Amino acid sequence: MTGLPISYGIGLAALLFLMGFAGLVIRRNTLFILMCLEIMMNAAGLAFIVAGAQWQAADGNVMFILIITVAAAEAAIGLGLLLQLQKRFRTIDIDAASEMHG
Amino acid sequence: MSLLVFTLIFPLLGAISLSLFPRMADGTARTIGAASVGLSALSTAFVALFWFWSGGFPYITTLWQWISVGDFQVDFGLYLDGLSITMMGVITGVGFLIHLFAAWYMVHDLEGKPGMARFFAYMNLFIVAMLLLVLGDNLLLLYLGWEGVGLCSYLLIGYYYETPANAWAAFKAFLITRIGDVFLAIGLFLLYAVFGTLNIQAILHLAPQVWSEGDTLADIAALMLLLGACGKSAQLPLQTWLADAMAGPTPVSALIHAATMVTAGVYLIARTYGIFLLAPGIHELVGIIGAVTLLIAGFAALAQTDIKRAIAYSTMSQIGYMFLALGVGAWHAAIFHLMIHAFFKSLLFLTAGSVIIACHHEQNIFKMGGLRKKLPFDYWMFVIGGAALSALPLVTAGFYSKDAIIWLSLANGHAVLWLFSIIGAFITSVYTFRLIFIVFHGEQKTEAHAGRGLAHHVPLAVLAVLSTFIGALIGQPLAGVLPSGVVEGHPWIELFFEVVSSLVALGGLAVAMALYLGKRDFITKSVAKGRGAEAWQFFHNALGFDALYDRVFVKPYLAVTRAHRRDWIEAVVNVIPGLASALNTGLTVGQTGRVRTYTMVMFAGAAVLLALLMFG
Repeated sequence: MTGLPISYGIGLAALLFLMGFAGLVIRRNTLFILMCLEIMMNAAGLAFIVAGAQWQAADGNVMFILIITVAAAEAAIGLGLLLQLQKRFRTIDIDAASEMHG
Repeated sequence: MSLLVFTLIFPLLGAISLSLFPRMADGTARTIGAASVGLSALSTAFVALFWFWSGGFPYITTLWQWISVGDFQVDFGLYLDGLSITMMGVITGVGFLIHLFAAWYMVHDLEGKPGMARFFAYMNLFIVAMLLLVLGDNLLLLYLGWEGVGLCSYLLIGYYYETPANAWAAFKAFLITRIGDVFLAIGLFLLYAVFGTLNIQAILHLAPQVWSEGDTLADIAALMLLLGACGKSAQLPLQTWLADAMAGPTPVSALIHAATMVTAGVYLIARTYGIFLLAPGIHELVGIIGAVTLLIAGFAALAQTDIKRAIAYSTMSQIGYMFLALGVGAWHAAIFHLMIHAFFKSLLFLTAGSVIIACHHEQNIFKMGGLRKKLPFDYWMFVIGGAALSALPLVTAGFYSKDAIIWLSLANGHAVLWLFSIIGAFITSVYTFRLIFIVFHGEQKTEAHAGRGLAHHVPLAVLAVLSTFIGALIGQPLAGVLPSGVVEGHPWIELFFEVVSSLVALGGLAVAMALYLGKRDFITKSVAKGRGAEAWQFFHNALGFDALYDRVFVKPYLAVTRAHRRDWIEAVVNVIPGLASALNTGLTVGQTGRVRTYTMVMFAGAAVLLALLMFG
């Protein structure tokens, strides 16, 4: 595969990852936090795809499918937590659930 | 004779099942509680029957070896002879009647609140422990039962633990009897050190060979046993707990603090009589303690306003008679009075319980009054019990048991003790009929609803029959177990002194009639103010022993503990908790509970690791 150099692809993945992380720590809305998590996962997936394309290996595609699966499972659990948060605290502000402080 | 084990197993099964299922229905709990003791009483009856049938020899059954450490071997062995048969009969027979009555009483006392299963679990456990106490063939097994009954007594005095006063009363009883228990334990150590065994019969056999009469070690051993007995039986100087123990439900007072547990001290001294025979000085002391206690308790009973406390002091007084009998060597009379006392005192307590329920939990006798018409059944039960307590001649059981003690104290040459006992008999008669006249005669002051049902009537009626001369017909197979202590006097002299003590009892009745029947002007005026009021207060507080012990023991002890509250040892010890607390504060800072903070820290950690991998 020719064309774009690998550093572009990896750079985009890193950018996406940092964007996701920034959203994760800045946002208090749990729904947005979950979305940011998805972005971070997909950034990791992108990195694998790029690396797979670079070295002509199938491992990158395998890892990407694995990440998609994990992301789906994570989304299910995350949305379940979101519903519980709404039910118990009447809000989806993540900072509301902070009773476990020392 | 494996039946003997069943007397223990039934109440034990009852206690276990009641404590495993505390949420069972009240009716089930009552049935299990009463039936287990009923079956135990039935087994006891069969055991007694077989025992008499097979000739009445002492019977030993060793269930298993309990402790085996080097040379120290203790068997879990049961020893059956005339004395244990008598005690078993009292424990399971009277115990069953009291359980039956409790099945009626607790329904009205709890009024639907939870706790029925807990009550009967404790009661059944008490029966097991008490049976172990009287059946144990060695002193360690006896001690196990001894502590077991102490524990059940504590649990049942504090049964209504929501009221702090009850919990404190339980605490007091536990603590004071524990003082006696420590002395008993020291006595056990001493006996083991001297004889190398704890088996009671072996000790009684060896004692005269090792010790001569008046041996110092024998004196110490007997004194330790006596102090242990004093704690359990509420005798001077450890008598102050019994009146406060009335905080428990009334059937508990009847079973534990009248019929069985408090007589354990009498049993202990009778069981180890051989040691007391070798320590004449201490043996004399037993009688003196009994005589003094019976007078102190009698005076205290004269000035009580709570019906249960009055009966409690009379219990102390009657156990004083038993100690007196032991002290003058009237061994059979002591055990006979123990049995008769169990009959009439549990009758009095149960009737008092019935009256208390009828008057809606009122215990102050001056708020009752005139209950004769409303509660005729209770009235007659109380009169029969009271007559037996004051030993009215010929028709009551108490006459035969108590007058035997009074006569034998004189016949054995203890004129002073005789004087104490005869004064005590007079006071007994006065306070008993004072109670009857105040509660049942005079003007009516409260509403009363008589108790109904077989579980209410049957136990009272049976105990009432046993409190009359019919109860005195029950023989006790004590020959060969204890020396009889009967002295053959001239029949006319004996008759003369019996008439004297009968007249004294009747005189007490007459005095009580003069003072308390009718207007009671004289007695009310004389205790209203001045010297009379002071004397009344003095008697009411049981001659001020509580205040005395408070001043001599409790206050100095508290002062010492307060003085040592902030000494250097305390400072050194406090370093460890201080360290733990500082560490805790430091570690909890990071635990904010915020997910976002945790994420940030995690990311920072991951970044550091990554940097180390790349550039390290």
